Amino acid sequence: MLAWTIYISFIGAAILMLRPKASARTARVVALVASVATLALVIIATIRFTPGELLTITKVPWIPSLGIEYHLAVDGISLVVLLLTGIVGVAGVLFSWNVEKRAAEFFAFYLVLIGAVYGVFLSFDLFLFFVFYELAIIPKYFLIAIWGSTRREYAAMKLALYSFAGSAMVLIGIIATLVETGGKTLNLVELARYPFPLHFEMWVFPLVFVGFAILAGMWPFHTWAPTGHVAAPTAASMLLAGVIMKLGAYGCLRVAMMLFPAGMGAWSFHVLGLSSWRNLFAVLALIGIVYGASVALVQRDFKFVIGYSSVSHMGFVLLGLMTLTQTGLGGAVVQMFSHAVIASLLFAVVGRMVYDRTHTRFLNELAPMRLAHAIPFAAFTFVIAAMASIGLPGFSGFIAEFEIIIGTWQAWPVLAVLAAVGILIGIGFTWRAMDKAFFGGGATAEPQPAAPHAALPPITIPEKIGALILIASTVVVGVYPRLLLDLILPALNSPLFDGLRKGAWR
Amino acid sequence: MIPATAFNLLRYALPEVIVAVTGLAALTVDLAFTQGRRNSVRWAAAGLTACAGCVAAILVLLLRPLPGALADGMLVVTPLTQMVQVVLVAFTILVALLAVNSDFTHHIGEYLGVILFATAGMMVLVSTQNLLVIFASLELLSLSLYILTAFDKRSPRSSEAALKYFLFGGMAASFFLFGISLLYGLSGSIELGEVAAAVTSHPITPLLAVAMVMIVTGFGFKVAAAPFHLWTPDAYQGGPTPSAGLVASSSKIASFFVFAIVMALGLSAEAGALHPSTATWTPLLVIVATLSLVIGNLAALAQTSFRRLLAYSAIGHAGYMLLGILANNANGLRALVYYVITYALATLGAFGVLAALEKEGVDQIRDLAGLARRAPFLSFCLLVFLLSLAGIPPLSGFFGKFYVFSAAYFADSGLLWLVCLAIAMSVVSLYYYLRVLKQVYVRDSEGEPIATPLLTRIVVGFMALLVVAFGCFPGLLLNWIGSALATIPH
Repeated sequence: MLAWTIYISFIGAAILMLRPKASARTARVVALVASVATLALVIIATIRFTPGELLTITKVPWIPSLGIEYHLAVDGISLVVLLLTGIVGVAGVLFSWNVEKRAAEFFAFYLVLIGAVYGVFLSFDLFLFFVFYELAIIPKYFLIAIWGSTRREYAAMKLALYSFAGSAMVLIGIIATLVETGGKTLNLVELARYPFPLHFEMWVFPLVFVGFAILAGMWPFHTWAPTGHVAAPTAASMLLAGVIMKLGAYGCLRVAMMLFPAGMGAWSFHVLGLSSWRNLFAVLALIGIVYGASVALVQRDFKFVIGYSSVSHMGFVLLGLMTLTQTGLGGAVVQMFSHAVIASLLFAVVGRMVYDRTHTRFLNELAPMRLAHAIPFAAFTFVIAAMASIGLPGFSGFIAEFEIIIGTWQAWPVLAVLAAVGILIGIGFTWRAMDKAFFGGGATAEPQPAAPHAALPPITIPEKIGALILIASTVVVGVYPRLLLDLILPALNSPLFDGLRKGAWR
Repeated sequence: MIPATAFNLLRYALPEVIVAVTGLAALTVDLAFTQGRRNSVRWAAAGLTACAGCVAAILVLLLRPLPGALADGMLVVTPLTQMVQVVLVAFTILVALLAVNSDFTHHIGEYLGVILFATAGMMVLVSTQNLLVIFASLELLSLSLYILTAFDKRSPRSSEAALKYFLFGGMAASFFLFGISLLYGLSGSIELGEVAAAVTSHPITPLLAVAMVMIVTGFGFKVAAAPFHLWTPDAYQGGPTPSAGLVASSSKIASFFVFAIVMALGLSAEAGALHPSTATWTPLLVIVATLSLVIGNLAALAQTSFRRLLAYSAIGHAGYMLLGILANNANGLRALVYYVITYALATLGAFGVLAALEKEGVDQIRDLAGLARRAPFLSFCLLVFLLSLAGIPPLSGFFGKFYVFSAAYFADSGLLWLVCLAIAMSVVSLYYYLRVLKQVYVRDSEGEPIATPLLTRIVVGFMALLVVAFGCFPGLLLNWIGSALATIPH
């Protein structure tokens, strides 16, 4: 049944592609129906799911001579990322309700992207996984290049090339894996059991991990993220930050770490105090956290603030993965969900609610507008999103970052302290942006006469619904995190992750 | 050994004979019956004749599998060669169908006739294991292609391109012939199996090395591998669109196939079989492949003409395909044949789109601006072709790359660095393909919608469909190649 999430998205895209002259209204409705249907399928599947199992959906031979299968399956971790895809997918359509330019094409690319992402999260064959992973590159490019804003063609090309370079590294890893196992299978379950030689894992793990981590925004390969997020139209920013970056993080966990756990073992030497790939990546993740937050602190463009905050928050995901503790890994997956929801909410506020109305994103130009009075719903949403983003209890961000910090403490206490510093800087930049954008903080001029406020159109119904869906998701998970943890932890304890547990699990 | 009587020769070479006779028939039909009519009528009559002959040849090939070797390997018919011949003839049909709407020449019968002679040359080329016949058919193919490139007599560029093509080609052919004569001197034979037995029985000698370099030079020219690629950009840019399409598609298939056969059967260890072994020519091809990958892909970055971009990308693709030859086993050959067929489809498709835009005079990439608004269907097909060339799944170009790379790495793990270089270069290639697609989809233009002939749209759409189908279901093509390959001794 879950396979239909892919098919429905592609069918929706095909309908829109075949009728490029369809009105914007028709296009929106088709996209909304498709995305709501897929979300519904994921929710139903989640309710029916027995935690801990590996549910095979489809498994048919595809290219028998290379042992490649069309194999779709889910475990608890896949379900979490499927859920976030569904939620962000629906919200993205709602926040693109005002797209009029070439609307049918816009939603066609949008649905192809969503369908490819579902495909990645459902694939349990490495080749199939990669096919969907690369399929996601092209719609991203066009979404940004055609409908984007600031330096859109540059940003779109940069994003496409970074993604493609990352996937090229993954492709080398896949070919090496295929050859190493004798070309019999690329089934993830089989590969997770396969005893790769240590020297093999030692070079393939970092290659594949970095390949995926490029898309997860790991420092120093993060530079596509701020420019891409800023240039993208609202829905594409939401998908980029919310879903695409999760593709990378999911790939790190599902492919690099699950298949080549021995690659994280200690080297026989030390470089700069680092003694394994795991240490190196943990440090890079930490640099991402602190660096992203610090850069966000000095941005003048509102969207760049959010863009760099994504780099910072994705650093937590990677740090959580590298802890190799159950708490840290669980936290990392919750953080994927949490960041998806919160980042898309933030981009929705900045890109749709604010920019489409004021036509500026510069904080010092927004300050005199006193947006809290002009569009109070936007201010309300942003305050909630900001609270979730800085990790106040009661929101999903709190649970996630808390778990990651605990996990890090178990592994490397010093890094945990530094990560906490990153959270503090996060409070700083969020506060600054919120204050300037909505409450006129730092505005030198007196509030301007009523003119600009009155001109701003009110927040529309689709925007409100979209915002409420996202807020509800973060609050529900924040209040009752077991909803996700009950899916994640049994999956982490399943035989698939034996290699990781036997390595350095604490 | 089947006796080489005239009757047997005719029996085994029937498809080639049909195609050659069809060439004469197309010429006759045009000169005798439709002279003085409108060009469209003449194209239709001659084109129909050509297609009918090609279909007959395909039917003969498919319905009458007749493996056998004749006259010391002068004519070797195996299921694999028959399969490649079917593909070659099918490509000729596609090229002819793309040509019938063009108006660059009044010599319609001659044009289609020469295309068919080129096809006959290619068909002989793939079904022989005799060096002299290889040379002769290669010359038939090359001379036909020079003529086809020069066919647009109104365009000085066409003549210039043909002259360059001819001069480089003549030189490459002489190198090739010299290489053959050296091999003959070394082995006393021009039959591939006997050559292999003689030249691999003892360690490599300087003379053999020289012969190999010359053979590789000759083939390197035909497959447009660097550093023998200098004619390519001009031939692609200057020649009439269908001619360039033929040069870029079926001529590539035939040349790569015979290149692989000569290297595998004639110059590697186990005579007469596709045997996995590190061949003595590996370093030579590694150099050519590396140069092609780097020069082709990097030079393509700087191109402003769409056809020159396709030419440099062809040089890059020759580099990828050489990896299939380097694998030097059945798996590699299978990957190579899959790759070259799907590559030819995508390239011919791109030229088909250009043929449809002939009246717009598209040459520069920026002339394509806003094409998606003006010709949505053609633009979508172009998207499919270029993304397939870039290697984006689920299009066939991706699986081709994947298969060729893994076959090469499987055969020889020392080739890992070359595989990595090839994958890195495919990242570069995405940039220049996206540059074209950016014009097509992102930029706006005020131009009117473009009316294109229905036939061209059908042909181009069919090729796009095949590119998608072979990518989503590689088994369609792989099983065919595989079952044909299975009959060759391992």
